Amino acid sequence: MASLNTRLMVGMEVHVELCTRSKMWTSAPNVAHPDFDAADPNTLTNPVVIGMPGTLPVMNRAAVEMSIKVGLALGCKIAGFTKWDRKSYYYPDLPKNYQISQYDQPLCEEGAVEIPVSVGTGLTESGSDGAERSGLAESGSVKTIRIIRAHLEEDAGKLLHEAPGGIRIDHSIVDLNRAGTPLLEIVTYPDMSSADECVAFARTLRDICRHLGVTQGIMQKGHIRFEPNINVIIESGGQTYKTPIVEIKNLNSFKAVHGAVTYEHQRQVEEWQETGKVMGERAKTTRGWDDTRMVTTLQRAKEDADEYRYFPDPDLVPVVVDDAWRESIAATIGELPLARRSRYVAQLGLPEAQADALIDEPAVCAFFEDVLSSGGGSDVKKAAAVMSNNVQKLANERGKLAHELGISAAQLAGVLQLLAEDKIASNAVDALLSACCDSDETAEKLAEKQGLLQVSDTGALEGFVDQALADPRNDKAINDIREGKDKAIGSLMGQVMKLSQGSANPKLVRELIIRKLRG
Amino acid sequence: MRLECDGMALGCNSLIELRDAIATGKVSAVDAVRAYLDRIERYNKKLFAFREVYADSALARARQVDAGESRGRALAGVPVAIKDCMCSTEGTTACSSRMLANYRSPFTATAVQKLIDAGAIVLGRTNMDEFAMGSSTEHSAFGRTLNPWNTDCVPGGSSGGSAAAVAADLCAAALGSDTGGSIRQPAALCGVIGLKPTYGRVSRYGLVAFASSLDQIGPFARTIPDAALMLSVIAGHDPLDSTSAPGNMDAFDVEQPVQNLRIGIPAQYRSDANHPAVSAAWDEAIAVYQDAGAKIVEVELPHTEYGIPVYYIVATAEASSNLARYDGVHYGHRAQNPADLIDLYCKSRSEGFGDEVKRRIMLGTYALSSGYYDAYYNRALKVRRLIKQDFDNAFFQGRGCDAILCPSTPGPAFKFGEKMDDPLAMYLNDVYTVNSNLAGNASISLPGGFVEIDGKRLPLGVQLICPAFEEAKLLRIARMHEKATGYTQHRPPLDV
Repeated sequence: MASLNTRLMVGMEVHVELCTRSKMWTSAPNVAHPDFDAADPNTLTNPVVIGMPGTLPVMNRAAVEMSIKVGLALGCKIAGFTKWDRKSYYYPDLPKNYQISQYDQPLCEEGAVEIPVSVGTGLTESGSDGAERSGLAESGSVKTIRIIRAHLEEDAGKLLHEAPGGIRIDHSIVDLNRAGTPLLEIVTYPDMSSADECVAFARTLRDICRHLGVTQGIMQKGHIRFEPNINVIIESGGQTYKTPIVEIKNLNSFKAVHGAVTYEHQRQVEEWQETGKVMGERAKTTRGWDDTRMVTTLQRAKEDADEYRYFPDPDLVPVVVDDAWRESIAATIGELPLARRSRYVAQLGLPEAQADALIDEPAVCAFFEDVLSSGGGSDVKKAAAVMSNNVQKLANERGKLAHELGISAAQLAGVLQLLAEDKIASNAVDALLSACCDSDETAEKLAEKQGLLQVSDTGALEGFVDQALADPRNDKAINDIREGKDKAIGSLMGQVMKLSQGSANPKLVRELIIRKLRG
Repeated sequence: MRLECDGMALGCNSLIELRDAIATGKVSAVDAVRAYLDRIERYNKKLFAFREVYADSALARARQVDAGESRGRALAGVPVAIKDCMCSTEGTTACSSRMLANYRSPFTATAVQKLIDAGAIVLGRTNMDEFAMGSSTEHSAFGRTLNPWNTDCVPGGSSGGSAAAVAADLCAAALGSDTGGSIRQPAALCGVIGLKPTYGRVSRYGLVAFASSLDQIGPFARTIPDAALMLSVIAGHDPLDSTSAPGNMDAFDVEQPVQNLRIGIPAQYRSDANHPAVSAAWDEAIAVYQDAGAKIVEVELPHTEYGIPVYYIVATAEASSNLARYDGVHYGHRAQNPADLIDLYCKSRSEGFGDEVKRRIMLGTYALSSGYYDAYYNRALKVRRLIKQDFDNAFFQGRGCDAILCPSTPGPAFKFGEKMDDPLAMYLNDVYTVNSNLAGNASISLPGGFVEIDGKRLPLGVQLICPAFEEAKLLRIARMHEKATGYTQHRPPLDV
């Protein structure tokens, strides 16, 4: 392999489970909605989900709107007229034995998404474990991944081969909770040329979808699943060879995306060296990813073209998206994550790690934006630091997300204002935030109640300072300060803070000490 | 056996008469239900119009009606029948198939529920060709339904049980479903009224699908006012059916004749294949409207001959997909001891479906297969549009016509077995009805006369076709024929 010039080509199919309240074709609750994702097997069903005789689908308008939202965010053309088609195949997790999907007239077509890339990836090197987000975007450069289409369909149920709790059974069982979940399938051009880029794309798309509020995007729950289509272009002896395309099914972690693409790159080159097999009309195969062995395994060789017998679903009417509807959806999109990240870094001057941390969780990021616009924006860097350190620490302790702590945006803005005005000390922030969690009172009121406000009254402070100066144990320090040894100021300040039970404003105390001893 | 051939049970001549008799207390709902259950008891064993009878629940409902429930409702206390492909929580929704022989629906079809909500009492469900595929009701997995006029003959199909039940006065009215003529053809062969409403007029929710873009529920009745009443009850938008049309039916007076009536006669329906008696009934109907002052105009429906081939591509393609769900996994017939999943599918479907259903699934699967889709399905859709355009031209071009008048079928009821080995001959029985389904028009078959064959009278049907959503006009025009001929008052001899 080392002597060959090889270039990886990857296109991605992404399935995004939309988090509407009800399913794609009926009022049954949607397992991809946070209120229902812990439901017991086969409880999110009704006759339509089970495909019982006589049932009919009725389109979920919210799912269409979410799909249009994603399409617009990806710069796609939104079809003014689209329809639903039946895709036929038999499987026990597909009760009707056809999936309602979109065949030749997808809702969204021809868009693009920019992904952050680090310089140096994209050629034959793909060995680093680029699954870590840091390191991807440090160069600040971006690459455009073109979108072919995005269409809406329904998810299937799940076929299980062991009973809940891992109990062995001699047959398979079906859970239809997921059946009929609205599923947005996004298909890209083969524009990715490294495993790192694949992961960067996967992350970026997930971030976008989560910021748009169209999916919970929890990878472990399969809310977003990636299917890279991979082949390798090999240049050897002045000739160009293309290896057969391999589709890797259902990857639901970034690590798996990285691992599968990396593995395939190497495997396909090796296979070509052994067999010389190149891409042909019927040479596409499907492989799965083995997460423990870190290899891909053959699932199905597509000898023939798929026979899905697509035809327009006569139970449904076409969808017409007029300008007014499309524009009303466009108005709800707002700033996208990558743009927001570069604003945080370039305009607000936040450290990249903090910007990433904030953007990682859309609800937290929205909370942060709320804090800034509620009066906490005078020192954005400070605000970001408090969010990333103090608030995050508290959130970790309580097993919640920052916006779920019970601290209102106004309260946090209040805390930041108190800090800015020196009314509280930095080390009082944690206690004050804790107090905010359990109370609706203003940050200032709570600081007062908890005795966290600093004493800035010079009269009171002079009393503490004089008391310290009068203490013979401090004589050495006093002398040192008089002799110009600044280091000693700290020890004297410590005494004063102790006397004030921590409430003295240290800045003022320092000034007082210097004035009194150095005049 | 004593015969009751002139008049409905309890001496009423129509559903509306019976409804009014119950409403005014002349007859109790329990008496009405008992009278019909008695007739079912006496005649159904031989006729097999009903596949299942719900005597206990019908009587229980009747007692509720007599206690004042449903008072003032449009069908309070009226005993009716539903077709076996309509879901209800009562009994088994079997589609007269082995596949669903033990299937109990967890919900009730919208149209059936509307009948119940209007106070109607469902006596039972009627026999049909399996999954509504057939024109003789010989394809039922439960046995054949006999034509009450001549028990050697088929009642037509697929709603043969409903047609026979109304003809034999085993219920005051019944629901059927019409995909290519499955209401109108058996109505014609059994001498009753069969109305296929406009596609979208009646919700399909709970109608087990045969061909979704063609299926439509409609009533069988003995008089036009009865049919109009039944339609007004079941019509209307249903949020559970995306293809149901918005709004409800406006009230209309069926007794009001249509002024300046123009009746279109399609040249293409004049065929040597028509039984002479069919042509005679058609001519008689033309004369009826002429006498009523209507203008008779020739219309062209040049794509008529493509109706059957288009229908058998569109309908079988949709059916192949609609019936894919019957695989033995979630409900319905499941084969025992399958070797693996594929074997479970194959065996369950092989055992569960009858020959005609299998034939159509295979045809439809073929028509949708890659490489054939454009040649068959796509082309069929194009011709379907041409067929619709034919009707639009006839109705709307120039002065157009209000309704098209033509035969319902090429001939009267045929003998059992006569067409069972010749599917194409069976399919051709729908030659005059399929085009209305393809075009989505409203159409009706009414009793149009009789022919004597083997010493027995057999009824003939004439068909009226109106543009979509013109049911009110259609029924008013039909009422003119009913009044002029009185054919709807004839009853079979029931020499059972």
